[in-house]
Amino acid sequence: MSIIAQDTPGETVLLMGNEAIARGALEAGIKVCAAYPGNPSSEITGSLAGVADEFGLHVEWSVNEKVALEVAAAASFAGLRGLCTMKQNGLNVASDFLLNLNLTGCEGGLVLIVADDPGALSSSNEEDSRAFAKLGDLPLLEPATFQEAKAMTKWAFDLSEDLGLPVLVRTVTRVSHARGNVLLDELPRPTKKPRFDTSRPRIALPVLTNHKLLREKLERAGQVFETSPFNFYRGPEKPELLIITCGSGWMYSLEAVANLDLNERVGILKLGTTWPLPEQMVLNHLSKADHVLFVEEVSPFLENNVKELFAQNCVDLGLKRFSGKATGTLPDIGELNPDIVISTLQDILEVFYEPVSAEYALRAKEISDQLVPERPLGFCAGCPHRATYWAIKNALALDGRDGFVAGDIGCYSLGIGPSGFSQMKTLHAMGSGTGLAGGFGQLNAFGLDQPVIAVSGDSTFYHAVMPALTNASYNKSNLLLLLLDNSATAMTGFQPHPGTGKTASGQDAPILDLEVICKALGAQVEVGDPFDMKATTETILRLLQDVEGVKVLILRRECALVRGRTQKKLFNMEVDQDLCLGERCGCNRLCTRVFKCPGLIWDEIAGRARIDEAICTGCGVCAEICPSLAIRKEVV
Amino acid sequence: MVFQKDPFNVIIGGVGGQGNVIASQVLGRILLPKGYVITIGETYGASQRGGAVMSHLRISAKDQFSPLIPEGQCDLLMALEPVEGLRILGQYGNPSVVSLINTRPIHPIEIISGQTPYPDVSEVLRRIGELSKGVWAFNATEIALEMGDPIFSNMVMLGALSMLDMLQIDRQGFEQAIGGLLSSGRLAQNLEAFDRGKMAVEKI
Ligand SMILES: Cc1ncc(C[n+]2csc(CCOP(=O)(O)OP(=O)(O)O)c2C)c(N)n1
Ligand code: SF4
Ligand code: SF4
Repeated sequence: MSIIAQDTPGETVLLMGNEAIARGALEAGIKVCAAYPGNPSSEITGSLAGVADEFGLHVEWSVNEKVALEVAAAASFAGLRGLCTMKQNGLNVASDFLLNLNLTGCEGGLVLIVADDPGALSSSNEEDSRAFAKLGDLPLLEPATFQEAKAMTKWAFDLSEDLGLPVLVRTVTRVSHARGNVLLDELPRPTKKPRFDTSRPRIALPVLTNHKLLREKLERAGQVFETSPFNFYRGPEKPELLIITCGSGWMYSLEAVANLDLNERVGILKLGTTWPLPEQMVLNHLSKADHVLFVEEVSPFLENNVKELFAQNCVDLGLKRFSGKATGTLPDIGELNPDIVISTLQDILEVFYEPVSAEYALRAKEISDQLVPERPLGFCAGCPHRATYWAIKNALALDGRDGFVAGDIGCYSLGIGPSGFSQMKTLHAMGSGTGLAGGFGQLNAFGLDQPVIAVSGDSTFYHAVMPALTNASYNKSNLLLLLLDNSATAMTGFQPHPGTGKTASGQDAPILDLEVICKALGAQVEVGDPFDMKATTETILRLLQDVEGVKVLILRRECALVRGRTQKKLFNMEVDQDLCLGERCGCNRLCTRVFKCPGLIWDEIAGRARIDEAICTGCGVCAEICPSLAIRKEVV
Repeated sequence: MVFQKDPFNVIIGGVGGQGNVIASQVLGRILLPKGYVITIGETYGASQRGGAVMSHLRISAKDQFSPLIPEGQCDLLMALEPVEGLRILGQYGNPSVVSLINTRPIHPIEIISGQTPYPDVSEVLRRIGELSKGVWAFNATEIALEMGDPIFSNMVMLGALSMLDMLQIDRQGFEQAIGGLLSSGRLAQNLEAFDRGKMAVEKI
C-alpha cells in the first residue's frame, strides 16, 4: 500500500516533500487533482494518482499546466477541493488563466503547488515563481520542512475557502525531493455533491470591481498571516544579526548557526507566509535588530518586500543595515546550501570555522581533481534518441548545407551535448522547437538555405507543439518535424500521456493517434523505426531535400527504461575480439569515440571495444555501426 | 545505540540508474522505527541519465537537519562506484570517515570516447584509503550479475554496510524496510542480495 494512504494517525513516517504535500491534500479531503509533470513537482500528482481509486479521487495528467489549472478550478467552482501541481515553467503556461482566476475567485479550496528548481538541476531555466503571487495578488505559502509541506498544504485549502481565492504554495527542489519525518493525521472521506451556483457566475467582469475585491481579500490574508504558526522566531531577544528566511533557507540557516555556535548572537525569523507579508510581525522583529540578512532561493523576493515595508516605516525604525542578494552578500543565481550560509555568517560575524584541517581538505580536493573524471549526463544505454540523433547527424552531414536541429524539452534535449552528437542548436520552452523551425522555414524565401529539423517528444507534442504545427501548415512554412514517440513522458518519470492509452490512475484511455492528428493539422506524415538508423537517415534526407511543405516523421520506439521494466533484452551482444581491429581499424573508433553508448566501452588493456554487461540493454543498434562487423547481436 | 556524533552523516553515491535513491530510502526506513529523525537529500532529476548522483542521509536523535551535508562532514560513505566514492571524499571527506566501496567501475562517456582513461581502480582504492579512517571494498556488481540483474548491487551493498556495525542495520529491519517499497515478487531476491553482500565485504 502507498505510504501516503496509510490510515494510521499519530504515526511518524518517512516522506518525500512531494509525498508530504500529497498527503496534506488527502488530509484536506481533495476530490480532484490535475497536473502536468515537471521536476521537481512530479511526485505530488504521481503519488496521488496511485491512490486515486482507493480514495475516490479524480487525478489526471492534463496535457499542459493551463488546462490542469482549469480542471482543478472547475472542481473548486463546483464546491469541491481541487489541487493543481506544476514546476516553475508550468506556471508561465498556466499564468494567463491564473491572472483571470484571481479576479473570479473560487469556492471549494483551490491550491496551486509550484515547485521551483533553484540551480536549474533539472530545468532549462531558473526562475522564482513567487513573482506570480505578487503579480496576481495571491496569497503565497512556502514550506521549510517535510512536516510543514504536509501541514501547510492542508491548511492552504482552509485558507483558500476562507478567502475565496486560490492559494499558491511554492516549494523548491531541496524540500520537494528530500525526505524526512512526517506525522500523519486523520484522513477524511468527503462525500459532498458538486454543484455550480449559477447565481454566482465566475466572470472577471466588471474588472475594477473584482480587482478591488481581490485587493481586499489579499489584505485579509495579511491579517490572517500575522498569527500563523508557520511564521516564528528563534533566537535571542535582541540579536546582533537577524536572519529573515523561508523555505529551504530555514534549514540551511539553522545548520549554519549551529555549526558556528552562534545561538546567542543570531536570531532567525522564519516566514512560511511570504505574500502578503505579516507586516506587524516583521516590523516588530526589524525593530529589535540593526543588521538583517535575507536567506532565500532564488530571487531577492522576501528581501525586496521587507525593504519596501521598511521604507514605509523607516521614520519609526531608524537606520538598518540589510544584507542579501542585492548587496552581493549571497549569490543571486543558483541554489543555496549550508556551506554558503556558513561562510556568509563567518564573514559578517568574523567567526572561525574549519570542519576539517585545511591540509586534509586541500589534499582531498587535489586527489579527486586529479583522478576523478567528469560524468556528464547522457542518454541511457539503448535509448532510441541516441539512434535518432545518429541518423540526424548522418543525414545533415550528407546534405552538407550546415543544417541543424531546433530543439525542444525532454530527454532528447540531451541532443545539445556529446550524447546526441551536439546536433541541437536551439532550446527554449516546450513547443518552441517547432515554432522556431516554422519561422526558419519562412526565411527560405529570403535565401536561408540551411535545412532545419524540429524535434519533439510525444508528450511535448500534445503539450505545446500542436499549435506550432498548425501555424506552420496554415502559413505555408517549410518544416520537417521529427516526432520522437517513446511512449512516455520519460524525462519527468515516465508518466502516461494522450498517446499511451492509459490515464494517470492506470485506466484505459483512447489513444489520440499522432499520425491522425498530424495529418489533420495539414502535415505529410511518415512513420519510421529509429533503431533502423540507415533507413531513418535516408528518410530524413529525402524529406529535407525532395519534399516541400510541412512534414512529420514519427520515429517510434519505447524508452529503454520503460521497455526494461517489462521486456527482457532483445539481443545478447558481444564484440568479437578477433574481428575488432581496435585502433588499427581506420574507423577512428566509431563505436566508442563517436557513438558513445555507455553499454559499449573501450578496453584499454585489450585495445578492443567490449560490451559492459552491467549496462548494455541489448537493443542491438550498435551492431550496425561497426565496419568490421565485430559487434554481434544474437536474438535472446 | 547512540551515535558518537549528532547528526550522523551518511552519503550514498553512484551513477544514475544504480539505485542510489532506493538504497537511501531503504536505509532511512530501517532507521526511522528506531526513533531517529531522518533527513535524506537527493541529487537527481536530470542526473538519472547516467550522471553522478548522491544521497545525503542525516540521522539525529533530536532535530531535522538540512537535506545537504556541509562540506567535510561525511561520517560514512557508501559508494556504488569507485571514482564516485573519491569524488565525494574530495568534497565531504574528513580523517574519520569510513568508506564502503563497490569496486566495479562504470565508464563515463568521456572515458568511452577516449578523451581520458579510467583511473586504475587499485589506485583509486588506495587514495580512498588515504582519505578515510577505514575502507571496505568488494565487487558488488559481480554478485548482482551472478544473481541475474545488476540492479541488485545496491541491496548487496546494504548487506555489506550492515557488517560495518556503524548503523543499526539488521536483516529483519531490512526486510521490513523493503516491504511496501519494492515489488513483493522480488523480496526473496533482495534478501539474498543483502545476505550475499554481508558475506562478501572485506576490510582493506
Ligand atoms: C512548461 C513545462 N512543463 C513541464 C516541463 C517538464 N518537462 C521537461 S521535459 C518534459 C516532457 C518530456 O516528455 P517527452 O516530450 O515525451 O520527451 P521524452 O522525455 O519522453 O523524451 C516535461 C514535462 C517543462 N520543462 N516545461
Ligand atoms: S529515460 Fe528513456 S528516453 Fe530518457 S534517456 Fe533514458 S532511455 Fe532515453
Ligand atoms: S546493444 Fe549496443 S547500443 Fe544497444 S545498449 Fe548495448 S551497447 Fe548500447
